Amino acid sequence: MVDVYLDEKFVGIVDNPKEFVKLVKEERRNGKLPKTLNINYDVDFSEVAIHVAKGRARRPLIIVENGVPKLKEEHITKLKNGEIDWQYLLDESILEYLDPNEEEDAYIALKSKDVTKEHTHLEISLISILGVITSLVPYANFGQSSRLNRGSKTQKQGLGLYVSNFLVRIDTDVSVMHYPQRPVVKSFMHDVINYEKHPSGQNVTIALMSYGGFNMQDALIINQGSVDRGYARSTYFRPYVVEELRYQGGLIDEIGLPDKDVKAYRVEEDYRFLEDDGIVYPGAKVHADDVVIGKTSPPRFLGELEEFSIAANLRRESSLTVRHGEEGIVDFVVVTENGEGNKLVQVRLRDLRIPEIGDKFASRHGQKGVIGCIVPHADMPFTTSGVVPDLIFSPHSIPSRMTISHLIEIIGGKVGALAGRQIEASTFSAESETDLRKLLLELGFRENGTERMYNGMTGEEFESNIFVGNMYYMKLKHMVANKLHARASGRIQLLTRQPIEGRSKGGGLRLGEMEKDCFVAHGASLLLKERFDSDKTTIYICEECGMLAVHDSMRNKAFCTKCGANIEVTAVELSYAFKLLLDELKSLGVYPQLHLKSKY
Amino acid sequence: MIDEGLLKEYKGKVPEPLLNDFRKHATDFNLNKKQQKEVLDKLLERYMTSKIHPGEAIGVITAESFGEPSTQMTLRTFHLAGVAEANVTLGLPRLIEIFDARKEIKTPMMEIHLKSQPKDDRELERLISMIKEIKLSDILSEISVNILHMYIEVKLNKSRLRDLQIKEEEVLKAIQVSMKNIEVSEKDGLLIIKPKLKEITLPAVYAIKEKVKLAHVKGIEGISQVLPVKRKDELILMAAGSSLKKVLEIDAVDETTTISNDIFEMVRVFGIEAARQTIINESSKVLNDQGLEIDARHIMFISDLMTTTGGIKGVTRSGITGEKESVLARASFETPIVHIINASLSGETDYLNSVVENILINQPVPLGTGLPSLVTSMKKEGGKKK
Repeated sequence: MVDVYLDEKFVGIVDNPKEFVKLVKEERRNGKLPKTLNINYDVDFSEVAIHVAKGRARRPLIIVENGVPKLKEEHITKLKNGEIDWQYLLDESILEYLDPNEEEDAYIALKSKDVTKEHTHLEISLISILGVITSLVPYANFGQSSRLNRGSKTQKQGLGLYVSNFLVRIDTDVSVMHYPQRPVVKSFMHDVINYEKHPSGQNVTIALMSYGGFNMQDALIINQGSVDRGYARSTYFRPYVVEELRYQGGLIDEIGLPDKDVKAYRVEEDYRFLEDDGIVYPGAKVHADDVVIGKTSPPRFLGELEEFSIAANLRRESSLTVRHGEEGIVDFVVVTENGEGNKLVQVRLRDLRIPEIGDKFASRHGQKGVIGCIVPHADMPFTTSGVVPDLIFSPHSIPSRMTISHLIEIIGGKVGALAGRQIEASTFSAESETDLRKLLLELGFRENGTERMYNGMTGEEFESNIFVGNMYYMKLKHMVANKLHARASGRIQLLTRQPIEGRSKGGGLRLGEMEKDCFVAHGASLLLKERFDSDKTTIYICEECGMLAVHDSMRNKAFCTKCGANIEVTAVELSYAFKLLLDELKSLGVYPQLHLKSKY
Repeated sequence: MIDEGLLKEYKGKVPEPLLNDFRKHATDFNLNKKQQKEVLDKLLERYMTSKIHPGEAIGVITAESFGEPSTQMTLRTFHLAGVAEANVTLGLPRLIEIFDARKEIKTPMMEIHLKSQPKDDRELERLISMIKEIKLSDILSEISVNILHMYIEVKLNKSRLRDLQIKEEEVLKAIQVSMKNIEVSEKDGLLIIKPKLKEITLPAVYAIKEKVKLAHVKGIEGISQVLPVKRKDELILMAAGSSLKKVLEIDAVDETTTISNDIFEMVRVFGIEAARQTIINESSKVLNDQGLEIDARHIMFISDLMTTTGGIKGVTRSGITGEKESVLARASFETPIVHIINASLSGETDYLNSVVENILINQPVPLGTGLPSLVTSMKKEGGKKK
């Protein structure tokens, strides 16, 4: 006696659940019950659950009966000839979809040769364990699973041709690579998703070696020659958008060249790229703080100052300027309306990005790193045949991460580049390493992919053979130009008088709690004080009552508001934050008294 | 030959263990008096240089030495199926438990050493049955409420009783002792438990039934499991649950080596020095399990700090951190308002002698380069001392 539930609703009782489930499955395969129905018998809960609702994740499998898969050789040939299709296989109950519950009851064979009498289903293909992006990793079955995850993650960040109509689009924070290439070593998924129409990487010649130590800890050394020839060049786009906002009382922003008498008018030079309509002209080379779109806004508080002001114009300047630390060429200007009918101006800036030290690159195997050094072409190492690598990768990145797929791709890329063809590297069904080695030998190279190399700076031959080959490398969207940040002095917060936060505002870099501990642990007491001097102030203390005194710097006189002028007032240098704390204590009703004593 | 007279000169200057080491090894090299003096001078010099310098920030260094590796500690605890020491709190949770000085730890354990190794399995089993707590629910085969007479009938599992060497009368007595308001008798091989209440209602009887199931019959309360473990050549008993006092009452238990992992239990039974050692042992056990190497002196420093008052103080706002002298230092840790209000009520003074306060007001901290200061006060103009 077992309860039966249809979409979590109780519908009845069956005596023999196993028979019942079997019967239902048969009827479904015979076409009497919908193919979208799934059933399973849960022994622990002693219930039979039938599901027909929408939104269940289901996956197709080949049905196995009495140890024989229902998908036969003849079906495959017919499929290839186009005589039958997927739907036919479903209709004929050769394939069926299982939901996670029914999967619990199924015994699924991974490969057709593994099928036994007990099996109920057969996996269509081994690669179905991988997703779309993960299937793009070549030789994935030779890598560590966590590296596969990372490899797929970095593929999403690779620069390439993200859309083909990028010229007429306004997207935030996008780049387009200049000469993307289709990968020499590819998997079937590259064809499925039309990857070769929008690739996001380039095939490079790579050497696994150390060269002056500039590629330690995952850094990369790249060839200045390759850079000059256009390797990893990209264009960065950034839109600047301004809207004419409407305010209460019928007031409105105005896009246009601001008058000289508006409030907070910048220097005239800042507006030099604007045309009469207040918008930059395409082709202008603008730098940080240059105005891109001129705009004025109505006064913040209506009626304020009106009686006293002589100036007729009360409008405020509110132009949009190029972001801090950025530059570019005005690429595209759009003037339209937004949904509410307000004037909307969009300006797109374009910036050429040539690879520089700090730009991030990655292969497809979770091996990512930043450029540590760009070596002149003449100084790069070269092989006996005169080949100079584009990129030098550190061999220390391999053993602990066990990305064997990375190494096989290098051999595969080398064979592909020399033979002038693409290498099939789909997971589980790739061209085997042994074959590749054989081919490499036939092409007149050492079968393990190593070559004799010479030091480009001294001309000396290296003692050991160097592993050289070709592989697909991606430039990732994280570029130093967007991240570089340093500051000496700048804006401070009103309340605490400490530097403001954030790169875009030109803020400071915080010396945090743990960094502070580091200074203390080293006993670098005075250096620590200096680092925290950002908000130091001089305050005057009344020695009588221990509270803040007033110092009149004009007359150079000091007095205490409580104790009068005939007392001793001492200047003390301390952090403004502490003064703030004292103020807060006073507001709490606590009387913080400062007793001063000379340190010396 | 070792010149004892020479050694005496160095006594007090060099720690005793180092001198003992010297005594042990010096004979191997057959050194004459002059050479011995040379070695001892070198030893003294080395010892002096390895001493901690004044102004060294040992507290911060200790904190960092603990903090940095423990960020790498995985929450993954190894579940060793079938191994006796399984199911112990490990990793970060246990470390927090130790240093916070939690009164109730998650998995109290005892390591019971025996005076002599048990001769056979029977003796071992007898010993285990003396320690492991047996509740009524462990030895009954049936328990039911007789609605007609409003009492509880318990049928005991005879073979279990025989295995555990418990007599039925013992069970009867134990239940009677462990609970008030009941009367236990025997009838036809059944235990009859009659509630002694003014008004006997069915829910009340059921409530008693549930309570009676947990009645203590034999062994030591709170010890749910006892497992024999072979450690080197010695057979020891690992007990889940901690009740040192009662375990030590058993004759066969060696009271000189039996320990618990409950720090508070250790203070109660063995005193503060034992507790200090327990903190050291337990925390280094956790760290070793995780494969982290922290110098023993850091661990010792913390456990010294925790036990220096004679009781156990955790590294918390109610423990050693809450006992800092400076108001500002206490307030900059947790619950600042409480500290400030209390300080203002009693008119406390902060002499700004320590690190945190000085960072707060942006003054050099009295450590390292900030420690030295002038001894003589500066002369004021006119030659008068200020």
